[in-house]
Amino acid sequence: MMKKNGKLRLILSVAAVALIFIGAWATEQVNGTTSMVVTVLQKGAVYALIAVSMNLLNGFTGLFSLGQAGFMLVGAYSYAILTIPMAKRAAVYQYYQGGWVQFTIGFLPALLIAGAVAAVFAALIGLPVLRLKGDYLAIATLGFAEIIRAVVQWDTIGPLTNGSNLLKTYPTLKTIMPGNTVLFTFLVVGVCIGLILLLINSTYGRAFKAIRDDEIAAEAMGINLFHHKQMAFVISSFFAGIGGALLAMYQGSLQANSFKSSMTYEILLIVVIGGMGSVSGSVIASFLFIASSEWWLRFLDSETMIGQFKVPLLAPGFRMVVFSVVIMVVVLFFRRGIMGTRELWELGGGRRAKGGIRKA
Amino acid sequence: MSEAKTNRDSVLRLENITMQFGGVVAINNLSLEILPGEIVALIGPNGAGKTTAFNCITGVYEPTNGAVYFHGKPIAVNHPQGKMVRQYNGQNAEKYKDVHPVVYTPDRITHMGIARTFQNIRLFKSQTAFENVLIATHLRCKSNFLTASLRLNRAEEKAMRKKAMDLLETVGLAEEADELATSLPYGKQRRLEIARALATDPTLLLLDEPAAGMNPQETDELGEFIVDIKNRFHLTVFMIEHHMNLVMDISDRIYVLDFGRQIAEGTPEEIQKNPDVIAAYLGVEEE
Repeated sequence: MMKKNGKLRLILSVAAVALIFIGAWATEQVNGTTSMVVTVLQKGAVYALIAVSMNLLNGFTGLFSLGQAGFMLVGAYSYAILTIPMAKRAAVYQYYQGGWVQFTIGFLPALLIAGAVAAVFAALIGLPVLRLKGDYLAIATLGFAEIIRAVVQWDTIGPLTNGSNLLKTYPTLKTIMPGNTVLFTFLVVGVCIGLILLLINSTYGRAFKAIRDDEIAAEAMGINLFHHKQMAFVISSFFAGIGGALLAMYQGSLQANSFKSSMTYEILLIVVIGGMGSVSGSVIASFLFIASSEWWLRFLDSETMIGQFKVPLLAPGFRMVVFSVVIMVVVLFFRRGIMGTRELWELGGGRRAKGGIRKA
Repeated sequence: MSEAKTNRDSVLRLENITMQFGGVVAINNLSLEILPGEIVALIGPNGAGKTTAFNCITGVYEPTNGAVYFHGKPIAVNHPQGKMVRQYNGQNAEKYKDVHPVVYTPDRITHMGIARTFQNIRLFKSQTAFENVLIATHLRCKSNFLTASLRLNRAEEKAMRKKAMDLLETVGLAEEADELATSLPYGKQRRLEIARALATDPTLLLLDEPAAGMNPQETDELGEFIVDIKNRFHLTVFMIEHHMNLVMDISDRIYVLDFGRQIAEGTPEEIQKNPDVIAAYLGVEEE
């Protein structure tokens, strides 16, 4: 009986995922790649991956880290530097005699390497930083993100990073998969989030949650705190690196200055709104957030006249005020966010739904 | 009981353990020994340093001075260092001066086979009873995060789940497996903590006030339960407890602490007659 139930659930979830992918693909075919809805789907998917990777740390392992923008930057730069075509290097690195890197690799290996480089950075930073707790960890990781942004723009390593100039002409969503940008983004993001979900529901994911719930008890149960925190930090950064690379592909050009700490706060906002400790919450919230900021709430930033009447408050920057109010309301009244710690597929079944997992 | 002091086969041996926080000596020169298969109780008035002793054994604290051996292997050896050299108020500081300090983290000590429960219950709040026990089987798992994520460890995962379920049945919580741990009544939470500790495959079980907050009937049941799991899992049990009936019923030997010092050691009958203990502690008992 339980077994049958499990099989049915599996078929249903595969069908649901397939439906989402077909829907996303169809949306692009109908509306065209430059339409607003397609932009939202692209960027929303990229942010979903980054938010889920941040949730792995903040929501599932209980580590309050604010370094996500730094790891995205590392991933984005790794990807761009490795994939700029040879013919274009002289033009891109015009101030640095064509730069140091004189080879080009494909976009898929570059995506993996982007994640790996971010993971290596995380492993090195984790050594000193993960001994800190709570707010101190947040400050240290935030500091790292700011430092890496400054270092990348340092003139001495300009031949590698192009200093504070733009990196461009690397393969982007539009050039790799013309007409299928959304499908490609969804596939990469889907595989990554799927892997994170598998990790979270494995014995290591359970250990992460134990650390979040009670460090002292977790350690007394034989869970090595540093080892597991480091693991969560490195894996989270790996996927943040891939997310950064995808963001670079989405944007089409890249500059270190866009990876400010406000980017980390945007992602933190998504994680909190979606629910700390809910993967599906982060995904839903990231599409809502991107749709709002890129599309639905755009009108807040433009001065609007209704007849002779000038609508008050609507001016460039007002959108951010609204977002600040939203985050305050969420933190004050909806601390659990949209999903709390539950997942979309656990709704309805209540707590008993977990029995299916237990007997599986 | 004097021959116990020299027995080489001890499960746990504390030698001259002193724990000093700043100027406060929480435990002063405590030495004790626990033999295989024993149930040993550590008793004493509030603030005597009992939980501090547990924390020194399980690696939560580094003792300021002294040594802890588990199955003859050192798991904590220390002597006063740094500022503590001048501040130290305990005894035997010279004895361990030339011994290399040994510091193990709590998780390593749990790996070696010491499991514990907590005075103020520390279950994983967001997890079900079943998941609480399942998490404690993690330390013996052989898969790494990749094989575990990619579900290449099905057999092991199945074995872990079976072990967790069996343990829940052992402690009589199979019905509550899918309940949130924190929604269980108090007595069941205590049992769940014991089940979780057992899931780490210990040879020595440390129970910190297992009967706290229980009524007399529950306490009696708990006593039987402790003896039962001790025999079933071939354990040695070291427990802190305030319920004197429980202590006198099931303990083989008792150590008494007062103001960080050991004031007595012996069988329950010896302890009940000991004038020092009566003065310090049992003087308040009504019999």
